[in-house]
Amino acid sequence: MLDQIRDLYQEVVFDHNRNPRNFRVMEDANRTIEGFNPLCGDRITLYVKIDGDGVIRDLSFQGSGCAISTASASLMTEIVRGMHESQAHALFQTFHRIATGKDEAVNLEELGKLAVLAGVRAYPARVKCATLAWHSLEAALENKETTVTTE
Amino acid sequence: MRTAPAAIPAFDVARIRKDFPILGQQVHGKPLVYLDNAATAQKPKAVLDCIAKVYTEDYANVHRGVHALSQRATELFEGAREKVQRHLNARHSHEIVFTRGTTEAINLVAQSYGRPRFKAGDEILITAMEHHSNIVPWQMLCEQTGAVLKVVPIDRTGTLLLDQFEALLSNRTRLLAVAHMSNALGTINPVEKLIEQAHRHGVPVLVDGAQAVPHMAVDVQALNCDFYALSGHKLYGPAGIGILYGKEELLNKMPPYQGGGDMIRRVTFEKTEYNTLPYKFEAGTPSIVDAIALGAAIDYVNGIGIETIAGHEQRLLAYATEQALRIPGLELVGQAADKGAILSFTLHRIHPHDIGTILDHLGIAIRAGHHCAMPVMDFFGVPATARASFGLYNTFEEVDALIAGIHKVIEVFG
Repeated sequence: MLDQIRDLYQEVVFDHNRNPRNFRVMEDANRTIEGFNPLCGDRITLYVKIDGDGVIRDLSFQGSGCAISTASASLMTEIVRGMHESQAHALFQTFHRIATGKDEAVNLEELGKLAVLAGVRAYPARVKCATLAWHSLEAALENKETTVTTE
Repeated sequence: MRTAPAAIPAFDVARIRKDFPILGQQVHGKPLVYLDNAATAQKPKAVLDCIAKVYTEDYANVHRGVHALSQRATELFEGAREKVQRHLNARHSHEIVFTRGTTEAINLVAQSYGRPRFKAGDEILITAMEHHSNIVPWQMLCEQTGAVLKVVPIDRTGTLLLDQFEALLSNRTRLLAVAHMSNALGTINPVEKLIEQAHRHGVPVLVDGAQAVPHMAVDVQALNCDFYALSGHKLYGPAGIGILYGKEELLNKMPPYQGGGDMIRRVTFEKTEYNTLPYKFEAGTPSIVDAIALGAAIDYVNGIGIETIAGHEQRLLAYATEQALRIPGLELVGQAADKGAILSFTLHRIHPHDIGTILDHLGIAIRAGHHCAMPVMDFFGVPATARASFGLYNTFEEVDALIAGIHKVIEVFG
């Protein structure tokens, strides 16, 4: 039943939604940013610790959102840790291209673990759920100080 | 305003559904179950045919030409105004102003009634269950005039606290703006009582009727409201057309909202003489065909009978509520004693957006989100709710499909 829906809600997504990783306040973060999706009211606070060389040492999040946005944030905190900010940026560009359906030759291998969220491309109304955490990370890397929104 | 459901005979919903071509389709391979009527209602063939007919046979600009088409279009347009007048039992047809919708009607009152009158320290009273369209225009007016917004609180069932309302009314209160029925909670406010109390303090009242009008008979003279705003698209009519009813005496004292054609009597570069009511408030070419089709929608609704519709919807709501309350982890948001056909709910640990996506896969259209009522969400401490809202064409089988769908959501999320 609901086979198609399993494309969007894969087991990994349920797992990260039920038990989000790095779901904590980070007292010694050197970047903190609020992400907000005004369409659905989802909120995320993203904490990032980045060193002088631009390597993301640690990141964590707090907030409330749907399964897609929670899983996306949780996965992101795992995937991006240890990456240089330019790598994280490039990965988001790839993910964004695929999620928004701009990439016809979808190469899910490029996405690695993030591929479990690629199913969102069939749900235009839900793309922003999957990208909220990433927009927040982009803003944090650019060291913006205001709240970032998906709109 | 509403007759007890038991007194209303059942009506032939299967026949009514045939009037709505869009309802016959499948979504994701399942029959469409449309339960997003509080956002917008689907249109009967009578409305669709009316739009096609007017554009095909009778269309021209109104109030301008001496030619036959223009006269025909004008007669149909003014005829629609009279239908609205009769439907709301307004005293005069010139008390009926065509707007783009409820939002524009409220903005019109804020800018034309409020802005020239209100001063720093004056108070505008609204309630905690208002839609953003009955909050933001007043906040803008407060910024412009220095007036202060006061909010009548609600309790956990979503019922307005009447003693608090009484306490908030003062000699500083200049206007009460209140929803007849809440879009997020379904609560029907005792507007007659509120208006009476407000008037005792000399406070005029605007009623936001966007949600109420499709579900109950509204008599603006019996209510004695000063302004009543509504949208055509929730009343099975077209989007882009709405109504502001205002008492003649008040409308006459108000300056025009927008300047342009049709709202003038005589223009020179030195001075412009404004047109009479209602044209003073209808600058520019109106949404002519949509207004005429709103008249067709009103005819359609009255052909069935608003009391009959209300009875059917109340039975659907009672059935849906009873079924929903049996679902473990489901919480209803909005349980006022007097409630319209809206079922707003949350599920334990499942976000409304996920509920919405999975129900959509089952062909069931509901709304998931904050319903343009973020303060209501804040009050109940939820980011969003899932909302099923019923209309005249919904069936008990569709309620069953919704309930089965919710069970499926819970199963998927385990």
